[in-house]
Amino acid sequence: MAQPLNYLVETPSQTAGPYVHIGLAPGAAGFRLFDKELGQTIAAEDVPGERITVSGRVLDATGAPVKDVLIEVWQADANGIYPHPEDPRVADCAPGFRGWGRVITNFETGDWSFQTIKPGPVPQRHGGPQAPHISLWLVARGINIGLNTRMYFPEDADMHASDPILRSIEQRHRVATLVAERTGPGHYRFDIRLQGDAETVFIDI
Amino acid sequence: MSSVLTPAEFYQRDRRVHPPAYSPVYKTSVPRSPNQALLTIQQTASEITGPTFGHNDFGPLDNDLTLNFNHGGLPVGERIIVHGRVLDENGRPVPRTLVEIWQANASGRYRHKKDVYLGALDPNFGGCGRTLTDDTGYYFFRTIKPGPYPWLNYVNTWRPSHIHVSVFGSSFSQRLITQMYFEGDPLIPHCPIVATLPDRAAVDRLIAPVDLNAAVPMDCLAYKFDIVLRGRRSTLFENRLEGN
Repeated sequence: MAQPLNYLVETPSQTAGPYVHIGLAPGAAGFRLFDKELGQTIAAEDVPGERITVSGRVLDATGAPVKDVLIEVWQADANGIYPHPEDPRVADCAPGFRGWGRVITNFETGDWSFQTIKPGPVPQRHGGPQAPHISLWLVARGINIGLNTRMYFPEDADMHASDPILRSIEQRHRVATLVAERTGPGHYRFDIRLQGDAETVFIDI
Repeated sequence: MSSVLTPAEFYQRDRRVHPPAYSPVYKTSVPRSPNQALLTIQQTASEITGPTFGHNDFGPLDNDLTLNFNHGGLPVGERIIVHGRVLDENGRPVPRTLVEIWQANASGRYRHKKDVYLGALDPNFGGCGRTLTDDTGYYFFRTIKPGPYPWLNYVNTWRPSHIHVSVFGSSFSQRLITQMYFEGDPLIPHCPIVATLPDRAAVDRLIAPVDLNAAVPMDCLAYKFDIVLRGRRSTLFENRLEGN
C-alpha cells in the first residue's frame, strides 16, 4: 500500500436555488441591505474602450427562458489586461476597471443585459493572442454546478481561427454558439441554450 | 520581456465529487442540464485570474445577520455562529476571499419577491451576509438558524435547514456555490437536492457539526463549516517566450 496523498477534496457544489439574489444581489430580491452591492459596474464610465451593451436570454431544453438565472461576467480591459495581481501588466490596467459584474434577469421575461467595454485580446498560454472574449458563469435553480462559457465577438472572425478555445471545439457548427450577434453599433445579442439542438458549448475550466 | 502570463493551473476539477448536471431526482435539473460533454481546455489567463475584493467593499455589520437588517429589534430564532476556514485542496488557507451567504428566516421564509410561502417574514431579518476571510482563511458569520420549508419537487417535499454559501477563491476557476446543512437534521436524507450528491461522503462534507468550543455562553451556539476550493500547482510551467 502506498503512502496516502492526503489532498483535501473540493467541497461539493449545490444549486444556487431560486433565491440566489438574496445573497448576491439583494436589491434585485426586493430589499436594500448593503451600502454597496457588489458587481453592479464592470467598467466605470471613464474607463477607456468601446462601450458595449450585451443582451440575451438563457433558455432551457424546451426553449423557455430561465428567469431566475444569475450570470457573473469576467473580462479583461480594452488592452487585454486583467485587474488581477497575477497579470504581469496589471499596473497598466485601466483605473476604475473592475472586470467583474453580476447580471440579473427581468424575473418576468428572463431578459438580461449588461454594459461594459469591449475587452482586448488576452495572451494565449505560450504567446499569440486569444480572440477577445468575455467569460461567463451561470447559476440558477436546477443548475447543480455553475456553468462556464465564453462570449466572442462576430467582428473578430479572423482571430477565431487561431483562438485555442474555439479551435478545440470538435463539432465545428457548435463554435457559433459562443459568438454573439451584432444587432447595432455597440450592441450585441447572446442567447445561451442549456440543452437541445443548439446547446451552448460549456467549458470545464 | 514576455507579456505572457505564467500559467499556474488549478488542479482539474474532480467532477465525481459534485452532483451531475442531470439529476432526475431534482426535477428542475432535467431541462436545465447540458447534454453535451463540457469542453476540455488548458487554463489561460482568463481562467487563472478572477475578481478581487477589498475591505472598502464592505460595511461593519455585513457578516452579522442578527444586526444587519435591524428594524428596531432582533430577529426571531436560534442565535448561531457559522465559522470555519476556506482552504484549497493542498490544505493551504485561502486568504482575503469573499464569502457570501443567504438563507431563509426561522420560519423557513425567504425575503425575496418571488417567495410566497406562508411562513412569516421577520421584520428584523434580511437573510444575507458577506465577509472576507482573514490571512489564515478564517471567516465567521452571526445569524439565526434557518427553518425548513416546503417546495414543489414532489408534492410533499421539504428542504432541510440550510445556508447557501458562495465563495470566490483567487481565480474564476475556483468559483463555487454550495449549501451548508446542520448536524442531526432529520430532513437531510429526504431532500432531493441533497440526493443529487454522488455519495454519502459528499453529503457529509456539507453537514456542519455543532461546535460548542466556538459557542458563546448564554448568547449563541456555533456550527463549524470548512470549505475546500480547487488546489493549484506548486511547480510552475516554464514561461516560454512569445512566438516559441
